[in-house]
Amino acid sequence: MGLDLSFFTWDLVKNFLVGGLVFSVELTLIAMAGGIVFGTLLALMRLSGRSWLALPAAAYVNTMRSIPLVMVILWFFLLIPFAIGRPIGAEWSAIITFTAFESAYYSEIMRAGVQSVVRGQVDAAYALGLTYGQTMRLIVLPQAFRNMLPILLTQTIILFQDTSLVYAIGAYDLLKGFETAGKNFNRPVEAYLLAAVVYFVICYTLSTSVKRLQVRIAIIR
Amino acid sequence: MPMIEIRNLSKWYGAFRVLTDCSTHVDKGEVVVVCGPSGSGKSTLIKCVNALEPFQQGEIVVAGISLTDPKTDLPKMRARVGMVFQHFELFPHLSIMDNLTLAQIKVLNRGKEEALAKAMTLLDRVGLRDQAVKFPGQLSGGQQQRVAIARALAMDPLAMLFDEPTSALDPEMINEVLDVMVELAQEGMTMMCVTHEMGFARKVAHRVIFMDRGEIVEDAPKEDFFGKPRSDRAQLFLSKILHH
Repeated sequence: MGLDLSFFTWDLVKNFLVGGLVFSVELTLIAMAGGIVFGTLLALMRLSGRSWLALPAAAYVNTMRSIPLVMVILWFFLLIPFAIGRPIGAEWSAIITFTAFESAYYSEIMRAGVQSVVRGQVDAAYALGLTYGQTMRLIVLPQAFRNMLPILLTQTIILFQDTSLVYAIGAYDLLKGFETAGKNFNRPVEAYLLAAVVYFVICYTLSTSVKRLQVRIAIIR
Repeated sequence: MPMIEIRNLSKWYGAFRVLTDCSTHVDKGEVVVVCGPSGSGKSTLIKCVNALEPFQQGEIVVAGISLTDPKTDLPKMRARVGMVFQHFELFPHLSIMDNLTLAQIKVLNRGKEEALAKAMTLLDRVGLRDQAVKFPGQLSGGQQQRVAIARALAMDPLAMLFDEPTSALDPEMINEVLDVMVELAQEGMTMMCVTHEMGFARKVAHRVIFMDRGEIVEDAPKEDFFGKPRSDRAQLFLSKILHH
């Protein structure tokens, strides 16, 4: 048995992979943006010191972090037609699920980020007459975000890898593109191998860039 | 009417009492230095004045406004009192200029032009006009503290609170900060300064407060305090910090 990669042509890339890659990247970016926004809100709820805000947020985060992602994807996809009376499609289902799921992880990062900003910064902001909201928005969160940027990006790389789990509900992502091409050309082994190479190249390049960014941030600080 | 009045203030951290029945006042235009051994509660006291630390008993009135009154708008009150911290606490993600204009624009609702002009005047005054576009991390400690003073002054405060403003500085930078503070005192600014700089106290203070174990042990005009402190504890403290 030899590996035959001759089926791998530009036509194949165009017909099978580009669409999948676009969805994978879309899903990653939307889930990242939404995850950071909702994650920050969850983090602020947990840090608010008010139990009626902190407890629900903590419960949500801990639940999401304790369930395998693939189950969340599957259950949301299967249950939503019962909840709203009609299906919403694998793509939308994936976008909502990933945003909700990743919020829990980003929230833990942002919580650590807010706590990394020293108390004196808050005191200084208050002493100038800024309100709690202004202090958070203008002083604490920008610093928290900057301090946590490398970790937020690393989480996003993991998120990109995890988007391949949408195979469970049949959404057409990058992995699905390879799988379909492999089936069409009857070369499944080669297709999965190439998929691994492509995921590796993308993720390794990104994590190297994050490392470089980390060094630059460390110098600025 | 005193600018700052502290009446029978007590504060606990859990069961531990950090401030015990402290009463004093700072009149308009008066410079009061608060000193005492570390852990004596002087930083806690000055933070209470700006409502940065809650307290359980007593009352503080700043410019006629009581901090304990639930109707008091604390952010508004704080905006009228400048505060300088031991570790400067400039905002590291903002340029020096933005550090000086942020609260002017967001709290006092000044226009951008007006805020910039005010900031420039004050930077000039503390000798740092050239540093406006830099970030706090690019400045020395002494420069950062001078920017912090300018940032507080940009709000046109009724009074200034200093919480050990020179304690975190390298020795060669202490004087540049003290010079700014002396100038401010001589212009008639109302100041409450937690500091160990007795030279500063001798030069510009009207009164000196000595604290120990959360109590105000001595509250005397400068001449009396340095002439002959009445309490043994203050004498011991002075002998320790002056004789070397």
